[in-house]
Amino acid sequence: MTWETVIGLEIHTQLATKTKIFSGASTEFGAAPNTQACAIDLAMPGTLPVLNAEAVRMAVMFGVAIDAEIGLISSFDRKNYFYPDLPKGYQTTQLERPIVLEGAVDIQLDDGSTKTVRIHHAHLEEDAGKSLHEDFHGMSGIDLNRAGTPLIEIVSEPDMNSPEEAVAFAKKLHALVVSIGICDGEMAQGSMRFDVNVSVRKKGEELGTRTETKNLNSFRFMERAIVQEVERQIDLIEDGGKVKQETRLYDGDTHTARSMRSKEEANDYRYFPCPDLLPVEIDQAYVDAVRASLPELPEARRARFTDSYELSAYDAGVLADDVATAAYFETTASQCGDAKLAANWVTGELAARLNSDDVLIQHCPVSAEQLAALIARIIDKTISNKMAREVFGAMWEGEGEPDAIIEARGLKQVSDSGAIEGMVDEVIASSAKQVENYRNADEAKRPKMLGYFVGQIMKASKGQANPQQVNEVLLQKLNALL
Amino acid sequence: MHNLTLAELSAGLGAGEFSSVEVTRHFLARIKRLDANYNSFITITEEQALAQAAVADQQRAAGSVPALCGVPIAHKDIFCTDGVRTSCGSKMLDNFVPPYSATVVENLAAAGVVVLGKTNMDEFAMGSSNETSYYGPVKNPWHTDCVPGGSSGGSAAAIAARLTPAATATDTGGSIRQPAALCGITGLKPTYGRVSRWGMIAFASSLDQGGPMARTAEDVALMLNQMAGFDNKDSTSIERDVPDYTANLNQDISGLTIGVPEEYFGEGLNPLTEQATRDALAELEKQGAKLKSISLPHSHLSVPAYYVIAPAEASANLSRFDGSRYGYRCENPADLRDMYMRSRSEAFGDEVKRRILIGAYCLSAGYYDAYYNKAMQVRRLIKEDFVSAFNDVDMIAGPTCPNPAFEFGAKGDDPVAMYLEDIYTIATNLAGLPGMSLPCGLVDDKPVGLQLIGNYFDEGRMLNVAHRYQQVSDWHSRCAPGID
Repeated sequence: MTWETVIGLEIHTQLATKTKIFSGASTEFGAAPNTQACAIDLAMPGTLPVLNAEAVRMAVMFGVAIDAEIGLISSFDRKNYFYPDLPKGYQTTQLERPIVLEGAVDIQLDDGSTKTVRIHHAHLEEDAGKSLHEDFHGMSGIDLNRAGTPLIEIVSEPDMNSPEEAVAFAKKLHALVVSIGICDGEMAQGSMRFDVNVSVRKKGEELGTRTETKNLNSFRFMERAIVQEVERQIDLIEDGGKVKQETRLYDGDTHTARSMRSKEEANDYRYFPCPDLLPVEIDQAYVDAVRASLPELPEARRARFTDSYELSAYDAGVLADDVATAAYFETTASQCGDAKLAANWVTGELAARLNSDDVLIQHCPVSAEQLAALIARIIDKTISNKMAREVFGAMWEGEGEPDAIIEARGLKQVSDSGAIEGMVDEVIASSAKQVENYRNADEAKRPKMLGYFVGQIMKASKGQANPQQVNEVLLQKLNALL
Repeated sequence: MHNLTLAELSAGLGAGEFSSVEVTRHFLARIKRLDANYNSFITITEEQALAQAAVADQQRAAGSVPALCGVPIAHKDIFCTDGVRTSCGSKMLDNFVPPYSATVVENLAAAGVVVLGKTNMDEFAMGSSNETSYYGPVKNPWHTDCVPGGSSGGSAAAIAARLTPAATATDTGGSIRQPAALCGITGLKPTYGRVSRWGMIAFASSLDQGGPMARTAEDVALMLNQMAGFDNKDSTSIERDVPDYTANLNQDISGLTIGVPEEYFGEGLNPLTEQATRDALAELEKQGAKLKSISLPHSHLSVPAYYVIAPAEASANLSRFDGSRYGYRCENPADLRDMYMRSRSEAFGDEVKRRILIGAYCLSAGYYDAYYNKAMQVRRLIKEDFVSAFNDVDMIAGPTCPNPAFEFGAKGDDPVAMYLEDIYTIATNLAGLPGMSLPCGLVDDKPVGLQLIGNYFDEGRMLNVAHRYQQVSDWHSRCAPGID
């Protein structure tokens, strides 16, 4: 029996405005609790919201980037519920008339094919504050610094059919919003958070009952949560049970999700139009101006990378999707002068290290300039690729510039032909038996027999002899003895 | 001195007949001596008032100053005042001292007014009798067994009792005009968006509008000059120049067409109130205005529509009072839910609870379309009634209220009877139009008011008509019995 998974995503994306969506308080992350919450954010009596025009511009920018229809008249509604991190007792959001309407995003799948995921809409809203449960001896603390941070909630259609597709879509959107500068993309700080709607069905049947899992703030958590939820639903149905429509909460510490509330317990949010805010009216000229200001999108960059750097489609994809990675690569390539080698390093050694240490390229301890300097030493044959990896490791640990490390560790490759010739001569002289065997061997077998000599020479040079040069000199001298 | 109008006080200060400190001392002394009879003030800001008066006297001595520099006024306790407790008539905010001032308060402060204190009001402006205040009911100076009207009853009674020459007030469904009528003073609710709502504690955001109260139209115009104007802190305030509302007070009104809505003279209107209203209209006719009978066919729907929309907005606006950040918090809450439930149960009065419940109900799933959406459709129809009426007339006039002041407790058991007291005033809030009330007679020795409803931003012409009427009538200068 084949099951089909159906996934839809809601993505809360914090907009990178300087101030909040309805107040002048700063949105900077990491300030001491409640130092960035003004009277409006605290919902003091008599205070009123004023919409931040920059939040509107960024939302429209997202809309034009996914080629969506833009709501020329959008409006705000109040979503009513009581919670300590929601000072007004309602969230100001857009229900009836969102600012971004239908759009679509193409994702590339591992098999090389492309799939289109439709965007239902994206709306502007305010973020809530945070409850702090530690250090208060049985009570909870509230930090309202985040309250009022502008968000766009991007709502997809249920167009994804596997965790991999969902992750590909999420990554794609992440790359996009960072590329166009409307979100800092700092997942660990909650700049992008996912709610996943998951259901399963047998192929060809009606959609199954869906559950919503909230509070996923990394691609890995999202993937795990979907895998688990799909298994849970299939097990449930195969055991004769039914999936209940419910909201589930994912715990990133235990990697488990639990039911938060069932459909019956769902809040009645009593939405109604917010009377404190006028509808937002923009015209086509505004939309066109925002469109004209769009920076290069990942798609276009990918094409440019394949064309001008002659990269493979795969490498171009990896390098172009994320704006920070793309910038890193381009700086490295232009400074070292070898795009192919730069691409290998950025997608290889660097990516592996970023991944294993869970570091964003924005925070990479090795700058693009430093990596380019390292690659330049490979190009000019000062060091071998293998040595370069060692130097890179030292650079990652903060030991300094590549030349200084090469010097300090004595890693300079011996490319002095006189020195190499001397070493070759010595090895040939002390290996009479092997030389004899070489001379008597079939021509076809000879190349394999070189390994012994090379090994001896490298040993003699403590690994610092330029291997290519060693090969050349050795071959020349052995062949002269034939 | 307390019988002088704002304009006369301003002139006297200008002529050096008395100082602001003297005027301020005089009114403060009166409040202390007499307000126990009326309960019109919640907070008296004596020290601050005298300091403001001293500054005003210095400024006046130093050179030219705005007209209102040094004259005393009072603020309805719904306007936030930096450093001065702002209760909104509720136990919920009995301990609330805002760290900011309402734009209205700042605008008047910039003109140099002296603030005597904060006036009593129905809790969160929800009431038509001032009986819902946590600080006790305000008594009508004309008849202390009777209500002063509400919700701006404290401001109206304080002016009628000559405890202040003018005051700020707010009007969501008649809260300026009805108490003005019942206390025999003049009050104006401006066009929605004319006066900033920043710092004015919200009841129903799409209906609330601040405005002035005083004894004469001229004084109301002086106050409005300072209160009105665009405010970038209020998205619903309107960017439009503020005219000098005193400039055309004396303009001839002949040729002006005044519409008289037949629906405002139907069943439920006290015949003596009707007579006083018709006499006033006749007086305007004598001055050259043309009366024209008009119809506002959806008038009967204004009270039901209002009592869906206003509570719906209020149910959300009052959610912030949850005991967590400011205001009342219950003793020893067991958990979050307990804190919410007991804080709100203990600190809100019955009328506030009633409206939160009505509002939450009207917005809830399954009822939204039948109540809120329907009410919003009715609201559009009511607005269209007025828009089409103003194609034919320049202004609309009728009674402010169906009856003069009623006795305390008279409508306590019947909220609907209470709500019907606002039957003539509510429609203007739903339409966002300006409305004003001015004294036009006495019924059973109790004042009644003539209501003028103007077209959008036509406050200047309304004040002109009111002023002309006050040139040939003396209802506005009559004093409640027992007030010297």
